[in-house]
This record gives sequence, C-alpha cells and structure tokens, in this order.
Amino acid sequence: MSMLPWYALLLPLGSAVVITLFTLRRKALSSFISVAAVLGSFICSCLIFIQSGISAPASTWIEINGVFNVPLGFVLDNLSKTMLVLVSGVGSLIHIYSLGYMRVDEGKSRYFAALSLFMFAMLGIVLANNFVMLFIFWELVGFTSYVLIGHWFYRDPAAAAAKKAFITTRIGDFGFTVGILMVWMATGSVVFAEIAPRMSILAGHPVFLTTTALLLFCGAVGKSAQFPLHVWLPDAMEGPTPVSALIHAATMVAAGVYMLVRVAFVIQTSQTALLVIAWIGTITAVLAALIATQQNDIKRILAYSTLSQLGYMVMAVGLASNDAAMFHLFTHAFFKALLFLAAGSVIVMLHHEQDIWKMGGLSRRLPITFFTFFVGALALIGCPPFSGFFSKDAILALAYERNMPIFAVGLFTAFLTAFYVVRLLVIVFFGKPRSDMVRESSESPLVMTGPLIVLAVLATLGGFAFFARNFLALPIEKEVAVFVPALAIVALIVGSGLAIALYRNRMSEPLDVEFLRHKFYFDEFYSWLINWTQELLARISAFFDRWIVDAGAVGGISGGTWGIGALLRLVQVGNLQAYLFLFGLGIVALIYFAVFR
Amino acid sequence: MITLGDYLIVSGTLFAIGFAGVMLRRNLIIVLMSLELMLNAANLSLVAFSRFRVQPDGLPDYNAQVFVFFIITVAAAEVAVGLAILVALFRARQTTDVKDISSLKF
Repeated sequence: MSMLPWYALLLPLGSAVVITLFTLRRKALSSFISVAAVLGSFICSCLIFIQSGISAPASTWIEINGVFNVPLGFVLDNLSKTMLVLVSGVGSLIHIYSLGYMRVDEGKSRYFAALSLFMFAMLGIVLANNFVMLFIFWELVGFTSYVLIGHWFYRDPAAAAAKKAFITTRIGDFGFTVGILMVWMATGSVVFAEIAPRMSILAGHPVFLTTTALLLFCGAVGKSAQFPLHVWLPDAMEGPTPVSALIHAATMVAAGVYMLVRVAFVIQTSQTALLVIAWIGTITAVLAALIATQQNDIKRILAYSTLSQLGYMVMAVGLASNDAAMFHLFTHAFFKALLFLAAGSVIVMLHHEQDIWKMGGLSRRLPITFFTFFVGALALIGCPPFSGFFSKDAILALAYERNMPIFAVGLFTAFLTAFYVVRLLVIVFFGKPRSDMVRESSESPLVMTGPLIVLAVLATLGGFAFFARNFLALPIEKEVAVFVPALAIVALIVGSGLAIALYRNRMSEPLDVEFLRHKFYFDEFYSWLINWTQELLARISAFFDRWIVDAGAVGGISGGTWGIGALLRLVQVGNLQAYLFLFGLGIVALIYFAVFR
Repeated sequence: MITLGDYLIVSGTLFAIGFAGVMLRRNLIIVLMSLELMLNAANLSLVAFSRFRVQPDGLPDYNAQVFVFFIITVAAAEVAVGLAILVALFRARQTTDVKDISSLKF
C-alpha cells in the first residue's frame, strides 16, 4: 500500500484550488505553485514507476449491492505507470515553458489554475480503474480543454473554437456513455479488472459486442479527433501554444488512444469493430496529411500532423496491436510537444505572427529553436535514427502483415508527412526573411529553450529499444519488417525531395489546391448540415409550440372559458324580474321532473 | 260542504296573484307585499291540510300548524330585513323601482 498515486493525482488539484481561491491576484506566485505541484506530481510518478507491485488504497464511492459498484481505485500496471511518467513529465516541461510563454499575460493565474486542473484530470484518466471514474475525468479534461482554448476568450475565434471543441467532443462522448452503459448492462460491472473475465458471457452475441466496441470507440473519435469528428482540433490552435502542445498534441488527444488500449479486451473481441477502427484511423491519417500540405498557419500544420499521427495510433489499435499504438503514442508525445513548443518560441518571438509566409530565414535568428524544431521534424517524418522512425515503422510493419490496403495508405501518408513537414521547415527556417519582424527577432529565454532541449533529447532517444524498453512492451519485430523500413525511407526521401524542390526560395505558395486548402470542405459541410437539421428541428418545434401548445392547450382552454362566459353573459341582463321568471320556470321544471317522471 | 279542493283553489289563486305581483309590479314595496301574499297562500294550504288530515284520536295534524308558525315568524324577520334593505336602497338610489336596480349585470 502506498499513498504515492494519491499524491500524484491530488497535488495538481490542490494547486488549482489554491490558485483559484487565494492567489488569483498574485500572478507570479500562482505560476510557481502550479509548476511546483506538477513537479511534485512528476516526482511521485517516477517513484511509482520504479517500484514494482505497488498498490494504492482504494475506497468505495457508490455501492448498490449486486447492481452497481463504483470504487475509487487506481490501476497501476505497466501501461498506466508509463502514461503517468509521460503525462507528468511532458506536463512539467510544458509548465516550465509556460512560465516564459505566458510571462506577460493578463490571465496568468487563471491559465495556470486551468493547467493544474488539466493535469489532475489527465492523471485521473490514466489512473482510473473503472469506467465511471474514467468518464468523469474524461469530461473534466474536456472542460479544461475548453477553458484553455478559450483562454483569450475576448477574441471571437478563440471563444468559437472553445465551444466547437467542447460540443464536438461531446458528440463522441455521448456514444461513449452509451457504450459504458452497454458494458455495464452486459457484465454488471464497471471495473476493468472485473469486466475482463466476464467478457466470455458475450461471446455468443457478436452484434452486441461490435456495437459496444464501436460506441466505446466513439469516445476516442471525439477526444482523439478522428474522422469524422476531427474538425475541432485544428481550431483548438486558437489557445496558447503551450496548451496546444500539452493538451492538443501530447496528452489529452492521446487519451482516446490510451482508453482504447485500456479497454482492448472489449474491442478485440469483435473483428468488425477492429476493422472499422483501423480504417477510421487510416482515413484520418491520410485526410489530415493531405490537408496539412496546403495550410499556411504554422500551428495548424502541426495540428493536422497531430491528427495524422493520431490516425496512425488508432490504426495500430485497429490492427490489434496495443504495443505499437502505445509506442507511437510515447514517441509522439515527445516530438509533437517539442514541435509545438518550438513553434511557440517562433510565434512569441515574432509577436504572435503565425503565417509561415511571413517567416523565413529563421534558422540564423533562432538557432536553438531551429535546431530543436529540426530534431522534432525529423522524428515526425520518421527519419532514422529519430524516435518517430521506430514507432511509425512498427505500425507500418504491422499493417504490411495484416492488411495490405491499409499499409499502402499508411505509406502514402508517410510520404505526405515528409512533404508537408519539410515544406514547413523550408519556408519557416530557410530562404530570405519575408517580413521586418523576422529581421528583428532574437532567441527565446532559457526558460523556454530549456524544455525544448530536454524534449529534443527525448525525441531523439525515445525510439531506441534500450530507452523505450524501460517504459513499454515493444512490438515484436518480424522478418517481413526488413522490407518495410526501406519503403518508408524511400517515401521519406521522395517526399522531402519534392518539398525542397518545390518550396526552395519561394516567396509565395506555388501550388494551389482549393479543396485541400478548404480542408475538404468539412467545416462548410458541417455548418450546412447543422443549419439544415437545426432549421428543420426548429420549424417542427415551432409548429408544435405555436399550434399544439399555444393554440391547442393554452389557447383552447382560455378560448373555451371565454366562449362559455360570453354565452352565459347573455343571460345576465340585470333585470330582477327576469331572473325571478327564470327561477320560477326552473322550479316548475324541477317539480315536473320530480313528480311526473 | 267546503272541501280541501276549495281551500287549495283559493290558496293557489292567492299564490298566483302574489307571483304575478312579484313578476309584474315595478314598485319594490308592492313586490315585497306580493311576496308576503305568496307566503300566506302557502300558510293557508298548510292549515287546510292540517284540518283535513284527522288523526285516529280525532284531532287535526298539528305538524302543519307548527310549520305555519315558523313561516309567520320567518316572514316577519324577512320583512324587517327586506324593508331595511329597501330603506337603504332608497337612500342610495332615491328610487324603489326594480327597473332602475339593474346594476347586477355584466
């Protein structure tokens, strides 16, 4: 028994509470509390990681005997330990980087409180040992993501992007909720360790299993921004860059993949579900890579590359290899956080300019940033011996073995990745400066370059077996895999060569592919669809409200009362003797009926 | 020989006269008087019933006569109240005509 997991989880929550309640006005103090909390959390995580067979005290939260039991407990296997170190480690670096990036921000305290709350929620997802806890933390990361995307809420695009992210992920989460309920209905439990042995009950119900697996996958589609719910992630780049690095590249969007790996025992029981998942991942990967080739915003390009890499991970999950998915998640967390932070360094030194066509020649101005970005880019395109090479290669080899069409698309995506990343590198860091800001820019402070260097080292080392083996079960290399790296490297060289040839010394975009620049018109299609369905729904409910509720129920009752009242009013003439006459008539009638009938 | 029917005819005629008075006369005092007439028509028929319903011991049925006393008492009270209302009404409206008292309508 050890309280360490509780400390690791609750430190960031404590920091968020203290900042919100006491130190909102003292920005420097707030930021240091937050950084200290996440560092403490990181140290706890490391201590947990090096102890084998560690367990944490658990308690009961909800107990309805025999029907519904929700413990407050942690799962501490190799998977969650690795994620724990990864999340708190990358989180720490990004917190430190934020000290520099958010130095002069008005809402610094709010920012750090939300960041701490995010760390709490994310660690909660990693540690949760049952679906209910997982779901609560799942929604909590969604909420903190909303708060952080909308950090600069006075800017309309940021506010809109925050709403879009929250609502889009909620669509996926609805499916996730239903999936959880279905698992609970079938097995009578929400605890992972109890569900796994009971899955055999469901062996005879393939349709039920497939539906359940796909509904659980819906949650990942929303959170990990897979096609067709991928639209929120690029817009989420309206948030501060460290947030993009931490939440929308390294950790939260990977939570979907982590969740899929965690519930793999459900998903892998259905071949149909696996196939759907693999293809969704593949489609996302290639779609995002295609879109990325025509974007002009440095952060959006990186966002689409995140989508594409998440597609790879989901593809690996769909090919029934958790190891490959987690390996890529692990390396991706380092190099993508690195790329975002380096991009953030560029952006902040150019006074929040994000258009790559206004940059250029930055390699001389920002040498450390350039160098670390370069390392991250090489890892992203899978250039040996950087980390991305190993993990992407593992996934491609897997696809080669199990599903040829997916392998072909995956290889094409690798080519596209090389193309757009090298395009980005060439335009931003080489050639002539394209604006005055670039000519006046200088290197970022140490508090920002420090994390960059650490991450660059990790992005380089992350893929090597001697390093990664300590954290993960590496996917087993097969003989066929000899042929695959060669193809991947060819794709890499062709892609980069093409990009260098096309974009060297250009001052503006030589290619113009309308439908790629418009992201396959997904946003337009969705807004049309929402407009249309909303219009229809609104019309139906307006009709119902106006005619059934207003005119029928309310108007009917009041009109009926009025009408009867008007009729009765005709009798009320005010003539005493007329009343008396009617009264007499009434009595005569009464007597008549009483006596003669 | 005067039969019960003769009494009832007189009583019914009195009641009809009273009712007609209530229905047709405009002066409230006359209306009130006609009301009394109707009550007394009822009294007359009750007394007649008493007279013609002889008990086995040879006495009339006194129940009806007790009833009549009640009616006379109540009628006295009613006239007192009715006249008081009439006076109040006259003070307020300077009239005792039913046609002018028609404010109890929509």
